[in-house]
Amino acid sequence: MGQMQQPFTVKRIMRDYGACYVFILVPVLMFLLFKLIPVVYGLVTSFQKYKVMGSSWVGLKNYGRALTDPVFWKAMEVTSLFTLGTVPVTIGIALLLSVLIHPLKKGWQTFFKASFYLPTVASGVIITMIWLWIFEPTTAGLFNMFIGLFGLENVNWLGQSRTALPSFIVMTWLSSHGSAVILYMASLGSIPRSLYESAEIDGAGPARSFRSITWPLLKPTTLYLLVIGVINSFQVFIQIYLMTMGGPNFATTTISFLIYQHAFEYYDFGLASAESFLLAIVIVAISIFQFKFLSQDVEY
Amino acid sequence: MGARTRILARAGRGASMLFLLLWVFLTILPLYWMASSSFRPGGVTVSFKPEWVVANPTLDPYRRFLAQPYSLRWFLNSIVIAGVITGTNLVFASMAGYAFAKLQFPGRNAIFWMLLSTMMIPGEVTLIPLYILIINVMGLGNTYLAMVIPFITTVSNIFLLKQYMSSLPSALMDAGRIDGCSELGVFFRIIVPMSLPGLAVMAIFTFVTFWNIFFWPFLVTTTDDMRTIQVGLALFRYAQATDYGAMMAGSTLAAIPMFLMFFSLQKYFLQGITIGAVKG
Repeated sequence: MGQMQQPFTVKRIMRDYGACYVFILVPVLMFLLFKLIPVVYGLVTSFQKYKVMGSSWVGLKNYGRALTDPVFWKAMEVTSLFTLGTVPVTIGIALLLSVLIHPLKKGWQTFFKASFYLPTVASGVIITMIWLWIFEPTTAGLFNMFIGLFGLENVNWLGQSRTALPSFIVMTWLSSHGSAVILYMASLGSIPRSLYESAEIDGAGPARSFRSITWPLLKPTTLYLLVIGVINSFQVFIQIYLMTMGGPNFATTTISFLIYQHAFEYYDFGLASAESFLLAIVIVAISIFQFKFLSQDVEY
Repeated sequence: MGARTRILARAGRGASMLFLLLWVFLTILPLYWMASSSFRPGGVTVSFKPEWVVANPTLDPYRRFLAQPYSLRWFLNSIVIAGVITGTNLVFASMAGYAFAKLQFPGRNAIFWMLLSTMMIPGEVTLIPLYILIINVMGLGNTYLAMVIPFITTVSNIFLLKQYMSSLPSALMDAGRIDGCSELGVFFRIIVPMSLPGLAVMAIFTFVTFWNIFFWPFLVTTTDDMRTIQVGLALFRYAQATDYGAMMAGSTLAAIPMFLMFFSLQKYFLQGITIGAVKG
């Protein structure tokens, strides 16, 4: 303690560390301007009737309107069904593919990784355009051509409430596991071989070593994919915009599509903001739930 | 018993290979279909039957797509937007990544976690206020600036580069400082050259992401000449709903640059996904 303690002032910090703050200046400004202010402003808007020239306070009315609107609950249901129908299955497919690829030779590994990742490089718009045509209601559609081989009638896949949402789900299964496969492959690569060897010596079969070694060690990756997968699936937009516009009869109106419609078709920014905060609460709750239940025995 | 397990193991390997190849077929099929039908003659009809190998390939669908008054402009717009965003991220995200990885200053961890936590905010929450801010308050509606400004530096890029730069040896930086380099000098002469692979990964991912981005440019542009290729394609789907041939031609043109990038820079792609993600 030989040195004299200098006062802890802004001036002194800037003298000693000013250069460091220059490095992070832009991201911090971006954070304030495009994250913090919008979140606060969005919260304020959710309690207002928004008008360009002077909004007025309406208290909890927007939240009340959202929560009493049957379409909002229908959209919540559609979003939940879509999430439950896609996220676990996509992760399951990715895990299965990765476990099957992992023992192969390097060349095959690269081939499969690249093939499964390729659709991810094409945009959502492009993938949706292609699938729009696969689901085409006439015999020109690939699905109808396929079921036609078994003598079945054409189905208007996207045009009837019964099949519209399942069609979206099937499309998601086949087009969005690319990065999950890559992540699982990376995690599988970091599991030491010796673990499997000693398991084999102890007489464990492939199923047993998957359950006792692979699955627990892949848990952090699975958790990450679950959290990100849920967040992403709550935000699907382009498929709905290009394929069904939320129809028929709200069968594919997800909560994010409903927010879009309320905000940018009806310009009801207050209601849409309230709905987005309700959605945020749901997403945060699900994320916390996932961390709590799945990270119990995860070691980072 | 040995022979039997060997046969079983071989059968298992064969079955798994078959399954993997089937799955490759299923994932690649839509892309193949897009590319092949973009060469189909006479596509302006709903009864456009799928054809596995195109009998009489033609460039007509491409002509029909490119005959749209702004289709080339859409590509140009996408190049400008994805290019500018990639450039600003290269500069600002790498500087911030370096600061968070290697510099010591008060509030470093707090600020880093504050930035990182924004990745958990669902997009819908900031969407409407961001729209009001940029369109109504800043008056940037239908401009390039509106499409670019929220993405000048993204938190995921900062995170990716911080991860990458943390693994660089600090000794060289200290040597640079002793030799009289300023902080910026250390950054540009020592850190940047050592980080080129990480920067390449970041640049590739950023370019692909913003070449493919749809929603924000769709919201903030209003005239046909300002659309990006993705938005243009989507609106073309509603304007020319029956011309699947031209739609597939446009989609193929929009996908080709990304496929080429992917195949030539595959190593970086497959690495890049893992740098930023797992070790949260």
